[in-house]
Parts: sequence; C-alpha cells; structure tokens
Amino acid sequence: MHLNDVIQFAFRAMHGARTRTYLTLLAMAIGVASVILLTSLGEGARLYVTQQFSSLGTNLLIVLPGRSETTGGMPPMTGETPRDLTLQDVMSLQRSYHIKEVTPIVVGAAPVSYQQMEREVMITGTTASLFSIRELHMARGQFLPEQEMTRASPVCVLGHTLQKELFGNASPLGKWVRVGGYRCRVIGVLEEEGVGLGMDLSDSVVMHAASAQTLFNINSVFRILVVARSQEVMDKARQDIIDIVRARHEGEDDITVLSQDALLSTFDRILIALTYSLGGIAAVSLLVAGIMIMNVMLVAAAQRTAEIGLLKALGATRRQIILLFLTESACLSMIGALLGLIFGLGANQVLQLYFPDFPFQAPDWALWAAVGIALFTGLLFGLLPARHAASLNPVLALSGR
Amino acid sequence: MIKLDHVSRTFQVGDELVHGLDDVTLEIKAGEYVSIMGPSGSGKSTLLNAIGLLDQLDKGHYFLDGKDTTKLSELELANTRREKIGFVFQTFHLIPRLTAAENIALPLTLAGVEHDERNERVNAALKSLSLSDRARHRPDQLSGGQRQRVAIARAVVTKPVVLLADEPTGNLDHASGVEVIDILETLNQQGITLLLVTHDTELGERAQRIIHMMDGKVLP
Repeated sequence: MHLNDVIQFAFRAMHGARTRTYLTLLAMAIGVASVILLTSLGEGARLYVTQQFSSLGTNLLIVLPGRSETTGGMPPMTGETPRDLTLQDVMSLQRSYHIKEVTPIVVGAAPVSYQQMEREVMITGTTASLFSIRELHMARGQFLPEQEMTRASPVCVLGHTLQKELFGNASPLGKWVRVGGYRCRVIGVLEEEGVGLGMDLSDSVVMHAASAQTLFNINSVFRILVVARSQEVMDKARQDIIDIVRARHEGEDDITVLSQDALLSTFDRILIALTYSLGGIAAVSLLVAGIMIMNVMLVAAAQRTAEIGLLKALGATRRQIILLFLTESACLSMIGALLGLIFGLGANQVLQLYFPDFPFQAPDWALWAAVGIALFTGLLFGLLPARHAASLNPVLALSGR
Repeated sequence: MIKLDHVSRTFQVGDELVHGLDDVTLEIKAGEYVSIMGPSGSGKSTLLNAIGLLDQLDKGHYFLDGKDTTKLSELELANTRREKIGFVFQTFHLIPRLTAAENIALPLTLAGVEHDERNERVNAALKSLSLSDRARHRPDQLSGGQRQRVAIARAVVTKPVVLLADEPTGNLDHASGVEVIDILETLNQQGITLLLVTHDTELGERAQRIIHMMDGKVLP
C-alpha cells in the first residue's frame, strides 16, 4: 500500500468524523500552545533580567569591603571590617595593567532642597568615570568633570525624578541646591533609565566622591566599580585587585570581589529552572491530549468494526490495519501540533504588542519539544487502539459484533 | 480447486458447544456454480467464511489450489484472500465516506497497485457493471441494487478465482435481486468459481450444483 494512499485514507476518515477530529485537534493545539506560551514567559523573564544586568556595563567587577567566606547567595551588602576601603585604595587600583577604569561609590541619604522644596534622597558620590561605566546618558548639561579624586567641588548632577520634583519643567542648570549642610551648583540632569543592581540614580544627587565624603563626614567608600580591559583578563584583574588591596591592608584579605557574570549566572540558572518547570507543567496537557487521541481512536475502532472486518476480507494485513490507524492518530497529533505552534507563536506576538518591554520569546528547544512530544504521544497512544483494531476477528467484525 | 478434508469448526455459545462445521468433506472444481442452502444456523456462512479464509478451522485440512491453507501464516492468509478470493455480503459493507469508485479501488489500494492502473481497472469494472455514471456517488446516494453492484465490482476488480456471495440478495427487492444474480451468473460464465449462500430455494436451484446443509453437516 502506498504512503500517500494511507495518508489519504486517514484524511478521509478524519473528514468523516468532523466533530471528533476538531475537538481532538483543539486539545492537541491547546497543549502545544501552552507549552510555547509558558516557556516563553520563563525565557522572557530570563532575557529581561539579563538585559537589566547588562545595562550595568560589561567586564565589570564590584569590590565590597569585608569578606564573605561562604559562596552561593548574595554577599553582605555592607561589609563588616575594621579596615574600610578608601579613595587611596581606589587610586592604587589604577596601577594594574588589566584594569581600564575605576570609580568609587559613596552613598548616603540627605535632604536636598531648592527654595521651599525639600526632598530626602540618596546621594551618590563617584567620579566622572561612572558615566561611561554605567553607560549613562544626559538629559541636560554635563556629567561630573574629570578631576583629582580626592578633591571636592561644589557641583552636582540630578537624577531625572529629582529634577522633576524640585524644578518641575524649569531648567535647573546653574541653580544652587542645598544638600545636607552644603550647597552645590547643578551642572546636569540624567536621562531616565533602568535600575541597575539596586542603584536607582533617577531619584538621587550625583556628586564627586570627595564631596560626598565631606558631606557625610566619612573616609570610607561603599564599593568600588572596576572595569577590566577585556573579558579575557577578568580573572587577572580580579587577582590584581585582591593583591593590591591586600598589600595596602597589612596582608589581610578583607574585600569581596564580585563579577557581574557570577550574579548573572545565578539568576540565569534559577530562571532556566523556572522555564523548565513551566514547560513540564504544560507538557502534562500534551499528555492529556495524547490520552484523548487514544480515547478517540478507540471509539473510532469500535465504530468502524465492520469496516475493519471488510478490510481484512479484502486482504488487508495486520500491519496495514495498524498503519492505517496509526497514521490517523499521527495526522491528528501533527496537525494539532502545527495549529498549536501557530497559535502559540501568534499569541506571543500579540502579548509582545501589549508588553513591549518584556521579551516574549519561546526557546527553540521548547518548540521542538512541544511538537516532538505531541507526535510521540499521538503515536504512543495511537498504538493501543491500532493494535486492538488489527487483532479483531474478521468474521465477528463483519457481523458488527 | 477447493478441497475440504474432514473439516470441523466448533463455537462456544454459553455453556454449549455448537458445531458450525462437523466433519465436512467437499470438493469444488474451478468454474463451478454452487449454491449452499439450508436453514439458519445450519453452518452455511461458517462454511463460506472457512473457504474465504476468514475463519480458522479446528480440525481437518483445507486445500485451495492444491495448497494446504491450514499451515499459512497470518500474512500469507491475507495475501491469499487478496489475490484469490472475492466477497459479496448481504449488507454490502461499503465504506460510507468513500465514493463508489473509491470503494471499488480499495482492494487495489491495499495491494499497492499504481494509481494509473488502478483507475483503469476501476473504470473497467464500473463500465462492465453499468455503474459509470455513479462513480462519484457515495453509498448513501445509491439504491440497494446499485450498492450491491458496487460491492460485486469491488469483489471482482482484483480478478479473483473464487467469488463467495453470502445472501447477496437478502437486503434487496425481488427485481434487484434477480439482476444481481444475473450479474453473478454472467461472471461465472466468464470463468469465476461462484459459491452462493442463500435460503431462497428459487434462487438456489438455478445453480449447477446444490449443497444442502444441516447442523454443520453436508447432506448427501
């Protein structure tokens, strides 16, 4: 028997029982579509987090004071050590050949006021290098000028939100604002952008590190951002940081160096696991669809008992009858899977229109897995009814018993 | 051609053992026209099913064209049915979703005959049974007599040597019944061996040879 005749026979049979066919196709399509949608949600979450992290800049190392001895999980946000990191430590790191840029971060909270308006915000003390490290953009004016790290100067840059709150639509450039007990002149406004690693600059004042230290009356640095020369020398840069700081801190390893990759890969693993589990949950619906195909094919075999008897009388072999029934269930699952694929990917496109920030993207493995499992269950659960049909006694089958 | 040698077939019905065929010995030559008659339950259909290789025998040997069929495998049985035997049933057994032409083509499709040759042979069969204008009709659009003609066309399209007809006129009115019998007799005159099961004595007596059956036995 030729393959196209087998397929034609299967299609005739499916066409002959339309309601049953449509319902089975629907079940299969829903199964495949749900696998695609759920895995795209998981994959989308992963891509979203990755994007957020990469806006932090590449080849980035973060130096924290204090040592976390255990691995896994987030390191302590504020280190506890007798020796703080200082601006001198920061400057000494610039000696390493593998390090391209270094910038300190000093943080604290202080009230910021302009005329009668006052707002308690985060103060970030840093240097001009932060602009390129964080890949910031200016809405107006300029960022902090290059100058010696230990020199304070009475200039500041406002975050987008803060500018709106204090000045509304008026330009703040050249205006003097009061920050804590000091006054400084606004030289720029940052453009609105995403949150990077808990550093929301939009509701904050950015000033020179030395100015911030004077403001809070401290000598320490909250953390140091280091950019390595390239991805390849990340490990060397990390070792240099540890060596340099150890030499300056009387032989104590009392800092923690984090790479963005380490943080990212943790999130990556969590979110990939999430995607897999969502896919697994959706795969259950494929299994249910497979069982439905089995059910439908058993009913078909029962309804077509006389026909099976006839086929046997006309000289159909056991194998041919199994082939005819398996082809029918394979066609049902394959068409259902294709419909599900179209529906799932279409739904992704629609969701993307409504949530443009969140990447709805089904991972390739999920597409293959969904269609593969659909076909596999179709064939697996089609086998039992097919064998049942093939083993019917032709005399009894012909008499409809 | 057909040779049954002390053949038996029993069925379990409830607690009772029923003899469908009880030690039947029979020989039918090629080209014969035989009618098998007897009351219901006498084993006529069982005999026909056994000759058609649809049913297994409990005892005895059945030689078809000199070959002992009791030793054939499932696959060989299917092939033999396809090549040598044509069936005509009382209830036609046409597949309702297929057209007349497709129903007739079915055994050729199963045999893997190429598309063009299949069409040619189906058209010839349709023509010889004057069904050409009904080729594209489905069974529910045909009359009883036309349906049985389609079934006969399907049975002979593979050019079998034996044609087994189990009450072919049972579901037809008298006129259509006579028409169907005429067709079967014409086929017999062209050389096919015809076995006809009926309990209509008038039809049965038209055969060259009449086999009477009772309780699974062939009456002498």
